[in-house]
Amino acid sequence: MIQVQARTEPSTLMTFASPFLAIVLTLIFGSLLFTALDKDPLQALHVLLILPLSDAYNISEMLVKMGPLLLCAVGLALCYRANMWNIGAEGQLLAGALGGSAVALMFIDSNSALAMPLTLLGGILSGMAWAGIATFLKVKFNSNLILTTIMLNYIALYLLIWAVHGPLRDPEGFGFPESALFSDATLLPVLSDSGRVHLGVAFAIVSALFAWFLLSKTHLGFKIRVYGADEPAAIYAGYNSKAISWFVMLFAGALAGLAGVSEVAGPIGQLTPNVSPGYGYSAIIVAYLGRLHPAGAIVAAIFLAILYMGGDLAQIEMGIPIAVVGMFQGILLFFLLACDFFIRYRIVPYREKMA
Amino acid sequence: MKLKSLLVGLGLLAGVATVQAADDPFKVGFVYVGPVGDLGWSYEHDRGRQELQEFFGDKVETTYVENVPEGADAQRVITQLAKAGNDLIFSTSFGFMNPTLKVAKRFPNVTFEHATGYKRSKNMGTYVLRTYEGRYVSGIAAGMLTESNTIGYIGSFPIPEVIRDINASYMAAKSVNPAVTMKIVWVNSWYDPGKETDAANALMDQGVDVLLQHTDSPAPLIAAEKRGARAIGQASDQSSFAPNAHVFSVRDDWAPYYIKVTQEVMDGTYEPKDFWGGFQEDMLSLASINDNLPKNVRAKIDETYDLINSGKFHPFTGPIKDNKGNIVVPEGHTLSDTELAQVNWYVEGITDEIPR
Repeated sequence: MIQVQARTEPSTLMTFASPFLAIVLTLIFGSLLFTALDKDPLQALHVLLILPLSDAYNISEMLVKMGPLLLCAVGLALCYRANMWNIGAEGQLLAGALGGSAVALMFIDSNSALAMPLTLLGGILSGMAWAGIATFLKVKFNSNLILTTIMLNYIALYLLIWAVHGPLRDPEGFGFPESALFSDATLLPVLSDSGRVHLGVAFAIVSALFAWFLLSKTHLGFKIRVYGADEPAAIYAGYNSKAISWFVMLFAGALAGLAGVSEVAGPIGQLTPNVSPGYGYSAIIVAYLGRLHPAGAIVAAIFLAILYMGGDLAQIEMGIPIAVVGMFQGILLFFLLACDFFIRYRIVPYREKMA
Repeated sequence: MKLKSLLVGLGLLAGVATVQAADDPFKVGFVYVGPVGDLGWSYEHDRGRQELQEFFGDKVETTYVENVPEGADAQRVITQLAKAGNDLIFSTSFGFMNPTLKVAKRFPNVTFEHATGYKRSKNMGTYVLRTYEGRYVSGIAAGMLTESNTIGYIGSFPIPEVIRDINASYMAAKSVNPAVTMKIVWVNSWYDPGKETDAANALMDQGVDVLLQHTDSPAPLIAAEKRGARAIGQASDQSSFAPNAHVFSVRDDWAPYYIKVTQEVMDGTYEPKDFWGGFQEDMLSLASINDNLPKNVRAKIDETYDLINSGKFHPFTGPIKDNKGNIVVPEGHTLSDTELAQVNWYVEGITDEIPR
């Protein structure tokens, strides 16, 4: 028989081998799933995983999808490194979308060169303010950050819905809950001719690289890592834990807010009640898949963006229902997390203990 | 096992080309906001798609994408449908309006049809149901059936379509029961069984004994069945959820329109317009009228249906006053479709304010 044994230290080999093992297992079980449904498994896997990268348009759309995921995930990775369990990227994103829209709508008839930068600033500050509430409660009253950030997500959503039904509603929109379309001066410049890749996507990549630099090359980054790895040691070393908490939270809030405002001033072009299909929550998966490393987050965000797009394409190209796509994505994520088990544990033959 | 996975992996790496079907059939794409299994809005659109497929057989190939978020993703999905060679694309939720318009500009040779919106272009039309017709008949039934003289309306969003239908329901109820009052609860969602149940219970707590709903789940019917109240089904035939409480369902039927537009685009006679379909076009029907209704109620339901269906009666014919005393439809005037699309007042007798 076999038994599970904890490794004395994490296996380096498995750290790199685990994602590949997961992908192989997913391909096997995914193929079984599609075969059972009378869909050609090779074609299905191709549509789900390769087609999203097959031409310039699809790649540009993948990047558009990646942008908000990456922005949120980079901030979250930093928070989690510092033991700040921020689940509030969704709310911070929505706050950013709302705050940015409020600014953008002041420039509705304007060609001012300031319109776009001020809109972005409005979004970033709103995201920071939203993250700041939970941070204040945590630092001042030691309240549970997981709970406060989750609850603030809902408050942000309802604030946004209220605004889009009320003060920010398009006066010429027949009462539908949508803001007016933003003026061109407010919209983020598009970086390619055909697609929708906008400045926000560039911000996402720059922010990931910046966070990487910060974490690995600066004293502040070192403090964050020490604080996360061994809090008593960090306190003993005299690090200001409050300052670290404030920094990572406001940084995450700024990035999530930027993600939100980049959506409304980017591909959407107006404030609607449906700014985010849950980017802030998916970003938690991205942060962990990327092993809480900013560079890993880039890879993971691209990966998740491909999965989402593949889901739409599978419906269009092969008539595979969304529920089946969801099962496939679930299989993949399950194996990715399950295979990480082997980094810390191994399976060995069971031996009788000596009497 | 190893060999198989290796083969699968190699196949993936080699990028096995997807085989595109020959471009012979006329391709029609559909974008749904919900899952096709929502038993309401998206379910009915998909039923329309299936009937379209059945009607044309091999001549038409249909594709759908379900559960499409109304944010940045919609534009991509609609673009991908256009890129996949669809000749005609129906986007079936209000939030798809601006994305559809943007894609329509980029694909001038593809025809786009958007449900419930108000923006049109050279290759984009809109279509909507005269839901107020079904709502008027619902109001008649509700006004006659209520014993507490209090009927309830579960609203989704305070947009003209819903406001208009609230007015139609109330005017009808009052025409058969001058003592009737109406209570309105907004749930800010088109489909949320939990919130709809809460709204139904809140209304019944306030004495409501007949429920009308402008949301898509059968939850209010189930709640009404539990408490011995009455309720009217929305969008699809929801009788099975509440055998006793169910009065009838106002069922949407999109198939006649989908078949008509597909034929027009195939023939090259299509013109984008603002299309309204109701009883007369067989796009709205009263499904599963309950046998347990009193005879006089049943007779009045049939009579009202016939009056509207034959065009002899239009619910929005003046004089109509709003609940602040202003005349909003003068005597002798019937609201045009354009005016119907902009109703933003409550009719006289509704003691409530439209949320702003």
